[in-house]
Amino acid sequence: AEAEDSPGEQEATSSKPLFAGLSDVSISQDIPIEGEITIPSGTRAQECDSSTLNESIRRTIMRDLKAVGRKFMHVLYPRKSNTLLRDWDLWGPLILCVSLALMLQKSSVEGKRDGGSPEFAEVFVIIWFGAVTITLNSKLLGGNISFFQSLCVLGYCVLPLNIAMLICRLLLLAGQGPINFMIRLFVVLVMFAWSVIASTAFLADCQPPNRKALAVYPVFLFYFVVSWMILTFTP
Amino acid sequence: AAADDLAFHEFEEAANLLAETPDAATTSQSDKLTSQEHVAVVVGSGIGYGAEGEEEDDKTSLLQDEKPQPRFWTFDYYQSFFDVDTSQVLDRIKGSLLPHPGHNFVRHHLRNRPDLYGPFWICATLAFVLAVTGNLTLVLAQRRDPSIHYSPQFHKVTIAGITIYCYAWLVPLALWGFLRWRQGTRERMGLYTFLETVCVYGYSLFVFIPTVVLWLIPVQWLQWLFGALALALSAAGLVFTLWPVVREDTRLVAAALLSIVVLLHALLALGCKLYFFQPLPLDHVVPAPQAIPPSPNVLLPSSVQPMTTF
Repeated sequence: AEAEDSPGEQEATSSKPLFAGLSDVSISQDIPIEGEITIPSGTRAQECDSSTLNESIRRTIMRDLKAVGRKFMHVLYPRKSNTLLRDWDLWGPLILCVSLALMLQKSSVEGKRDGGSPEFAEVFVIIWFGAVTITLNSKLLGGNISFFQSLCVLGYCVLPLNIAMLICRLLLLAGQGPINFMIRLFVVLVMFAWSVIASTAFLADCQPPNRKALAVYPVFLFYFVVSWMILTFTP
Repeated sequence: AAADDLAFHEFEEAANLLAETPDAATTSQSDKLTSQEHVAVVVGSGIGYGAEGEEEDDKTSLLQDEKPQPRFWTFDYYQSFFDVDTSQVLDRIKGSLLPHPGHNFVRHHLRNRPDLYGPFWICATLAFVLAVTGNLTLVLAQRRDPSIHYSPQFHKVTIAGITIYCYAWLVPLALWGFLRWRQGTRERMGLYTFLETVCVYGYSLFVFIPTVVLWLIPVQWLQWLFGALALALSAAGLVFTLWPVVREDTRLVAAALLSIVVLLHALLALGCKLYFFQPLPLDHVVPAPQAIPPSPNVLLPSSVQPMTTF
């Protein structure tokens, strides 16, 4: 796995001093030796960058967190780039989905007894089931995007709505009223548009041109329902 | 060399034909591989091409017979149900909105290619719009009368979804089964496929989406008027489409079948109206679509209710 990771880097490092450890290793002549297996265990300083086995746990976690953070930035500032599509992960969607579902919880017992607002499981199911349905729909329409890429994009593009939910909770601390509701409506509408535009920027190009609207409409419906849940939330 | 020229010319002509009829050449990935055979078929059968309508219809069905039908456990099989373009879906929606006698939805708009995109997403939209507007009605009622306690009613999404999807799939299934059974007894009856029946029902529900939004206007008689209008449009489309099939049957069966179809449609509309748009807190309302006449009128004592005896 190590050899596959960064062949370019290893070519650069396989200069003179690296072969020092090889001198006492005997290899029979008939085995063809590739250039990539020549890295011995002796090179310390360079190896820390490429190996995931030897690095500290903190470094591993930080690297993954950085990748997630970079994707967040891509959603907040959507531009023509396929980073979000190329190396997909589902960590970001999981974090966003769980935080949104937690924020949509009612704090009071009275609210829970009311049974009105969505439960944690309902939010969770709506987001994942909705994303899977939209993905299947775009695959069935003939889109050339892989299943998890589409899930990743749809999950990451919930981020603006998460921000809207945070703002709404803060605004609700100030009490409810018509003006308060108007501000919340405005925030949710803006973030809803942001989500749709961001996900469309990533997903629309994967469809045949005469079917773009058919693929984008379910995305619109999905974010519409999520924003409606956010807007109607009262603690 | 002359033969080569001829062959090349023929292929070019076929390519032009393909460009003219994007519908004939299906655009899914797997078909691109076999487009060569399709070209040959088009050239062989469609030299006198030029008119649209029935001729194109024949050609499409010919092409579809040509390719091997994928098995039902493969992804390609389901892809064939979503083989529609935006313009086709819009055309079908328009056809369902403007029914007129003698205009068969299946023959004029589906053309042997029923899709599942329309029925699925129309049902989903209708369910969510019903739930959202049902909640908004309560919010508006609270605005007028602060004594009403409003809390978001999320379970309405579930109820609306289950109702709409059950209606849009089970009723066509029953209808199709019944027509098949009748076809066994009488030879001359034509028959729609199950998918075509589902498609007709799915698209016929579209008219309720704008209607449900219009139901937000808190004027009772206007709501009933919009509801009756939408029901008339939708049911007329269904009847006009089903009529050519049931015409061959006995008069009694035909009349009974069509009236049951219309009645079920009316029940769906009425149930939605009474359950989702009751401007009262839920504690006092027993959602019973059957109990129509004593409509609880606490909130709007002065409003007119001309059509409660529907």
